[in-house]
Formats: sequence, structure tokens, C-alpha cells
Amino acid sequence: MTEQQAGLAGDIMENGVAMTVPPGFSIDRREGHTDEYFLNMGPQHPSTHGVLRLMLRMDGENVLEVVPHLGYIHRGLEKIGENQTYLQNIHLTDRLDYLSSHINNLALCLAIEKAMGIGVPERAEYIRVMVCELQRIQSHLLWWGVLGMDLGAITSFLYGFKERELITDIFEEMCGARLTMNFFRPGGSFADVPDTFIPRVRAVVERMKSAIDEYDTLLTNNVIMHLRTKGIGVLAAETALAHGCSGPVLRGSGVAFDVRRSDPYSIYDRFSFDIPVGTVGDCFDRYKVRMEEMRQSLRIIEEAAASFPGGPYRSKKYATYNLPAGSYYSQVETARGLLGVYIEADGGPKPYRIKYRSPSFANLSALNDLAAGHKLADLVPIIATLDVLIPDIDR
Amino acid sequence: MKTQAKNIQGRGYPVERGGFVPDGQVHWSLAGYLTHLVNGCLSLVKGMGLTFGYFSHPGRIITQQYPENRETLVMFPRFRGRLALVMDEAGGAPLCTACGMCEKACPNGSISVLTRRDSGNRKVLGRYLYRFSQCTLCNLCVESCVFGAIRMAQDFELAAYDSSDLQLVLYGKEE
Ligand code: SF4
Ligand code: SF4
Repeated sequence: MTEQQAGLAGDIMENGVAMTVPPGFSIDRREGHTDEYFLNMGPQHPSTHGVLRLMLRMDGENVLEVVPHLGYIHRGLEKIGENQTYLQNIHLTDRLDYLSSHINNLALCLAIEKAMGIGVPERAEYIRVMVCELQRIQSHLLWWGVLGMDLGAITSFLYGFKERELITDIFEEMCGARLTMNFFRPGGSFADVPDTFIPRVRAVVERMKSAIDEYDTLLTNNVIMHLRTKGIGVLAAETALAHGCSGPVLRGSGVAFDVRRSDPYSIYDRFSFDIPVGTVGDCFDRYKVRMEEMRQSLRIIEEAAASFPGGPYRSKKYATYNLPAGSYYSQVETARGLLGVYIEADGGPKPYRIKYRSPSFANLSALNDLAAGHKLADLVPIIATLDVLIPDIDR
Repeated sequence: MKTQAKNIQGRGYPVERGGFVPDGQVHWSLAGYLTHLVNGCLSLVKGMGLTFGYFSHPGRIITQQYPENRETLVMFPRFRGRLALVMDEAGGAPLCTACGMCEKACPNGSISVLTRRDSGNRKVLGRYLYRFSQCTLCNLCVESCVFGAIRMAQDFELAAYDSSDLQLVLYGKEE
């Protein structure tokens, strides 16, 4: 017992048979629970959203304990970052949460700007806000489609990608990439938005408004969706806070925390938007929060597009970005929650240490509290509505 | 010990199936059950209606028919495909002055600029090596080049069977 509580792998004797307990489990084998067994889920599993590996302790079909095993796609981005200049580090942040790459770029740029006192022109701020909100919608659309697919509704996957494609096209025309954008630079972005940007954005906003209603018809009001998500994976607000959850996961539990509002970066303080919160904290609440977030993002984009200013898209370009010695921190709200970038600078062109506080990592830590006691099939919507992104966890 | 199931499904939460679970015990009502049954069926029909709407009116579908449209497919001007040298419009010589800034800017060591001396003993571009297999298409090299001598090309079907096929010599191949 003590050995397992300490989280060590070890053999226990069970009815005279030696059993190996995987590391990380606190197993209590009592009378009446004789058919407990361990099940490996992932890394290559269609509903773990990438390469998440979960070890499950099961009693029949009931999940008793979930232990995520990380590291399958660990690339050591923080270590690589120590050998790259600050400018080169921006393209590494694309690879954290690849569905929020613009927002990740922004987080690092904000830290550099803070350290060097670089100002950002008005037009660049508007570009940043609009692009980040488009990215949030784009990310939520993928999540929405994949959630449907996880629950067995292939239709929603295709419908989600339909509108997502329009947003991806805007990005492609603007910066040339569809996934790893590497668009923002300290003081602005590497290029101005093309002339077609605003008309295209307006068209997407118009279309998205009716599209979200379609999504509601397809999935939000669907009875199967309700049965599979309501009351499943209830996350209490205190638990969510204790685990450091953020983003829609935390808001789904009823805590109205959003970095855009509580610590406004860029020019978010100029726009009016609501922070949707859930009441119960179950899978359906997290779902509804994300759907409402898309609507709020549309509001921000519309407001920004209406007052989009001219002028320069980037302030003065530096040949090298040498941050003065010291430590710098910036945080943004990605589609998944709070992303923090902490830089320890030694005055040179490369960071002495760079640390990312990624939202998915903290959100995943609540998985056991959500899933323990549910059926194995309920684990799928729980993972889907946590919306963890594995490269963001493993880095 | 935290082995006992902590989340009893639906505790304290109105269950849509027509029952209510205030104490872990489901209380059923016939009216609730029937309402749920009818609403549930309706929601499925509505969803199917939307699908059939698209089926009969495919105007809102935006799917590209790739690869059938290969001939007519035009990428956006800023599309970031693999690296290419920009040539002088008249003579076809590269604009590159072999300054090496792109090599320095590349985070992945994908570029090697090798110089040679021309007849006037000036340093000019000898060979331009580009390891596409290491390139993340980040655009930093293009930004660093003050001469506008490199650009991201538009081609995107770049898969190869052997990684050695991705070691490209953009200039000075014959040497
Ligand atoms: S491509 Fe541009 S940056 Fe690179 S060596 Fe040539 S001139 Fe210099
Ligand atoms: S695009 Fe980026 S990785 Fe590729 S050669 Fe240029 S600087 Fe290097």
C-alpha cells in the first residue's frame, strides 16, 4: 500500500498472483472489486485528440482512476528556445498550441515588447485583435467538429471545417501559412494585411452568424448530444481553480476569469464583449461556453472592422532583439486558456531560459477528478470538452 | 481512500430523460418522459433536415475539388512554399550578394551560402544550398534579406521518397 501511494511501480500480491501496478496509481484492492484491471488508451487513439496516452484503472466498464502519461511528442521547445534568438523563438511558439498559433506568437511578442519598450502602432493593434479573435473562432470550430466526431456524428466534423476553411483562407492570404503562422513580430507583424482583408472578414462574420445557428440545430439541440454530455464530467469551481484550469474549462465551472478582461493586453479593453460562464460545470456547460465565445469573438471582430485605422503596421524594426537582463512575463488568453511566457534574459540575443505556462497542461490535470466514476464511453466527451492539445502539454 | 466513484452520474442535476436525481435515486414522471421523447425525436429530425437542405442546395458548400482542379489552382501571392532565389530580370543572374544574412536568420540551419571570387576578385555567390528537409517555412530568411534576393515559392506538392532529394542546390549546381 505505502509503496503504491508513493506513486512507485511495484508488484502486489493478489490472491497469490503477482500484479504489476503501473506508476502513478494509488490502488486499493478491496473485497468486491475483484475485476479491476488496467487499460491503456492511446497514444494512437482516434478520440484522444492527438497522441495523449491515458492509463485507466477500470472496474468493469467504470473508470476508477485516470493517469495521463505525457512525453510522447515532447520536443524540448523550451530547451531549443535557449539556443535561438528571440525572433526565432516566435516560430517555435507556433508549435505549442498549433490551433492558437497567432495568439502564441502574440504572447512572446508582448514579452519582448515589454522588455525593450517597443510601442505598437494603432493599426497593428487592430490587426492583432482581429486575427486573434478569428483564430479563436477557427480553433473552436475545429473543436466543435471533432467533438461531434468523437460522439459519433461525422456530419458536424465536415460542417465545422466548412466555415473554418474561410478563416484559414484569410490567414493564408495574409501570411502565407495555414497552421504555423509566424506572423506577429515585436512591434506589429511582418507584413500588412492585404486590401481584401476587411471585406473577407466581414463576409466571414456574416456567414458565421447563421452558421452558428446551424451548429445549434445540428449538435447543441441534439438529444444524443444532451444525453452524452449533461451531468457528465462535473468540475466544481474550487477544483478547477485548485488545478489551475483556465479558459473555457474554468468558465464552464462558473468562474468568470478571462485574461482579456482581467489583465487586458493589446487593445482588448476597448471592445465590449461578455464572458460566458456555465452553471453546473459539466461537459455541456463547457460546450455552451465555447459556442457563446464564438459569438462574442464575432462581436469583437465586427467592432474592430468598423473602426479599422490606417497607418503603419509595424513600429521600428530592430536588427537584433537583445533583451536587457532581467525577467519578463506576459500572458494572453488563447482558445484554451491562459498562456504565460516567462523569459529570463541575460542581455544577449538569446533567452537564458524561456518557460511557457500552457493552458492544456493545467486543464488536463483535472482529468481524474472529472472522469473517475464515469463509464469509459463518457471519458470521450470529457476529453473532448477539456479540449486539450497534446503539443501544448508536451512542448 | 479515494477509490469510490466520486461523480455519481447526474446527482443533483435534472436529467433530461424525464427524471430528476436529487438524492442519487431517479424519480420518473410519465409527462416528463413523453415530452423528452417527442423533443428528442424532433431534434434529430431538425438536424437531418439541415443535412438534406445542403444535399438539395449545395450552393453554400465551399469544398475545393483538389486534385481535379490542379490545372487551375492558384495559390495566394504570399503563400509560403519552399525557398527560391529571385533572379535579375535582364540577365538571369541571382540578385543575391552572398551577404549571409539569411543563413544567420534561419533558426534551423537550412541555408548555406558559399562564396567565390569573380574575375575582379569580388566576393560573389558561389553556391546556395537549401536543406528543405530542415526548413520550417518560417519566412525569417526572406525577411532578413535586404536585397529581396529570396522569396517563398508557390509550389506545395513537395513530398519526396528520399530525404536526400530535399537537399537542394538553388544556385551553382554545375560546380
Ligand atoms: S539571399 Fe539575401 S540575405 Fe541571403 S546571402 Fe543572398 S543577399 Fe544575403
Ligand atoms: S523559411 Fe525559415 S527555416 Fe526555412 S530556410 Fe528560411 S529561415 Fe530557414
